[in-house]
Amino acid sequence: MAGETTPVPAADNRPAGAQAKAESRRAAPHTVPARDPHSLAESVRDAALAALLAGVLGFFFIGLRTDIAPGGLTITTRWTALVVAILVVFAGRLALNLFVFRTRRPVTGRLAAGAAAGAPQLATAAKWLMRGLFVFALVLPFFFITFVPGRDRQFIDLAILIMTYIMLGWGLNIVVGLAGLLDLGYVAFYAVGAYSFALLAQHFDLGFWMALPLAGVLAAMWGLILGFPVLRLRGDYLAIVTLAFGEIIRIVLLNWYQFTNGPDGISGIPKPTLFGLELKRGEGGFADVFGLAYDPIHRFIFLYYIIFVLALITNLVTIRLRKLPVGRAWEALREDEIACRSLGINTRNTKLTAFAIGAMFGGFAGSFFATRQGFISPESFTFLESAIILAIVVLGGLGSQIGVVIASVVMIGGIEMLRNIGFLSQVFGDGFDPVQYRMLIFGLAMVLIMVWRPRGLIATREPSVALKEKKKIGADLVAQGEGH
Amino acid sequence: MDAAAETGGAVARWDSDPVLTVEHLTMRFGGLTAVGDLSFNVGRGDITALIGPNGAGKTTVFNCVTGFYKPTEGRIAMRHGPGRQQAALDALTNSGARWRRSAEGAVFLLERMPDHEIAHRAKVARTFQNIRLFGGMTVLENLLIAQHNPLMVASGFTVGGIIGLPSYRKAEAEAIDRAAYWLEQVRLTERADDPAADLPYGAQRRLEIARAMCTGPRLLCLDEPAAGLNPRESAELNALLKYIRDEHDTSVLLIEHDMGVVMEISDHVVVLDYGVKISDGDAAFVRSDPRVIAAYLGVEDEEEIDVAEIKQDVDQVARRTPRSDAAGDGR
Repeated sequence: MAGETTPVPAADNRPAGAQAKAESRRAAPHTVPARDPHSLAESVRDAALAALLAGVLGFFFIGLRTDIAPGGLTITTRWTALVVAILVVFAGRLALNLFVFRTRRPVTGRLAAGAAAGAPQLATAAKWLMRGLFVFALVLPFFFITFVPGRDRQFIDLAILIMTYIMLGWGLNIVVGLAGLLDLGYVAFYAVGAYSFALLAQHFDLGFWMALPLAGVLAAMWGLILGFPVLRLRGDYLAIVTLAFGEIIRIVLLNWYQFTNGPDGISGIPKPTLFGLELKRGEGGFADVFGLAYDPIHRFIFLYYIIFVLALITNLVTIRLRKLPVGRAWEALREDEIACRSLGINTRNTKLTAFAIGAMFGGFAGSFFATRQGFISPESFTFLESAIILAIVVLGGLGSQIGVVIASVVMIGGIEMLRNIGFLSQVFGDGFDPVQYRMLIFGLAMVLIMVWRPRGLIATREPSVALKEKKKIGADLVAQGEGH
Repeated sequence: MDAAAETGGAVARWDSDPVLTVEHLTMRFGGLTAVGDLSFNVGRGDITALIGPNGAGKTTVFNCVTGFYKPTEGRIAMRHGPGRQQAALDALTNSGARWRRSAEGAVFLLERMPDHEIAHRAKVARTFQNIRLFGGMTVLENLLIAQHNPLMVASGFTVGGIIGLPSYRKAEAEAIDRAAYWLEQVRLTERADDPAADLPYGAQRRLEIARAMCTGPRLLCLDEPAAGLNPRESAELNALLKYIRDEHDTSVLLIEHDMGVVMEISDHVVVLDYGVKISDGDAAFVRSDPRVIAAYLGVEDEEEIDVAEIKQDVDQVARRTPRSDAAGDGR
């Protein structure tokens, strides 16, 4: 019966009547020709507008200045400064218009195109960079002792600092990069780890190696405590609550004087021992036992290897977790929580494990921080620390292990290196102190990187398993999870 | 409206051996009753279609069955093992527990269980109307995530996996084999290592079904699986669903607007309109039910319909689609 198909008349899709008129009206060219936004005149006009705006705002902010004088405020006028500000705005806007905003071939366009084309090569380069960095990290203290004997202590200390941030970055990467839960209070776990060790050492006389696992467990517990209230939160709310959590921990540490010694901090935190040997001068110390001449550098080398091994463990565990069902569930959670639930994944437990394991590594790093410094106070655990750790993760590329390393070296090492930009004072004259400008330079560098590579330095995702061959997944396909 | 009575006295197969029983299901959102006092059965080994005009409450029923909504009233019972298991079900209802295992099988009260437990324990899998794949993960990873719970046990809840127990490696290899099997069934083996978001639309639909099947479900709930598919893809979907029904111990409950698909593959059709069941029976029965025709064509008063004429129109429309070759058997 279905053999004889009724011919369906071909639909006449051409509009007729009022519809046709309306469409022709819409299709008609605009009667007023649009001005060419790329012309020089337009650039100048736009710059003049910006200068006018700067003039209006600057009249109050720059042109007038009030000073406290006997009998009230006095107003002084600073017309020269105002004119300079207006000219700077005009020139700057004009330059941007001519080279970036209102030109047919903006300089930044070439930059972005170059970046897109270079993505696969960058991934291969990252692989070799990873191996190179690992070998370098392995021999780092001896490298500095051999090649910069005068400043080896300073460099090894900096390497320890960078390595601590790498470890923190890797720990936070589990929560933010894999599970996609934005955590602005990660420093809280760092603080819990540090104070756990300090207090355990003070009250129970525990050494570093005994306290380390306990600090990790306590931090993980606090990770769960943070995890429960934020389970149902998404987006901005998640970020705000985690931020508040970080501040709560710091303020409690600051105000619970009887327990934490408040703003005075805890001093005399024991140094780590090497199988019971203390790295101290004199009888029974490490140098004495091995018949070496005592040198304070030994302690720095030892501390470096402790944090190196801790960071390495963090990395290996994370890499392994990614290939386990729990790691895949974290990433699935980042991609789509509802689909996870429809597949029988307990999203509550999965989120809590992410918070707990991330917090545990933060706790380990905190313990190490306490033993390295010998003194801790709430000052060390401000929001700025959370922000720096998060910036390392985001800048490196969410979920990328090697990205965290590069970002830590650039951010922490970079800030320190900017202290050495003495050559700039030769350019700008003797009164110029470049160290004062390092945060500005640093901020600019960060803005540029985020413009150039908005998803971080290493933005591709490596699949955890493959049937035939592993192909990198572009960042545009990978979800970022909650709160980004 | 008793389906048994209308199909000629004998008790219908889906009433004597149901895998899922929905009884007096009511779902209210504020003052709006999306589903009102709905009862139906899904037969074991059947493909059951839930159809109805837009806004009839089909997806709400789905969300209640799979635990995404908590129903306002009613009982939703899922059974593993044959028969109605009425005694076990009544005992479970009175006990306040969520499920009960017995020699005959097991019964689950889905309205008491959270969504992930329904998928994990009651073995009800679902797909979504707007496809929900893990876009940034590969096709194979999508299928492994579906096997999360058995793999989690095999990895010793992560501890064994971190220290690298061989038993986990074996379990993972088996999971990959199972994923490869389903990739073969949905013809996506070649795309196994590509990100799911890169697949064309039809392939994403098939992948979502394969992912749901990787959870090893007893009941597969599909929310408009044929939406946006071309006729060839629809025909393939029909074959796949029949294969799932015949070769795996899986019953299928589907929401569908494409009547070609519904009429061809459904063993049992339930029709909803305004949250109320208006017809229940096999495809042929539902197709000729004047209430269904009225609901679809929007006629106010049933008395005014010339049933014969409308049937003629419906047949004419159905004939234009190639699928009705098989659908129109016997009439």
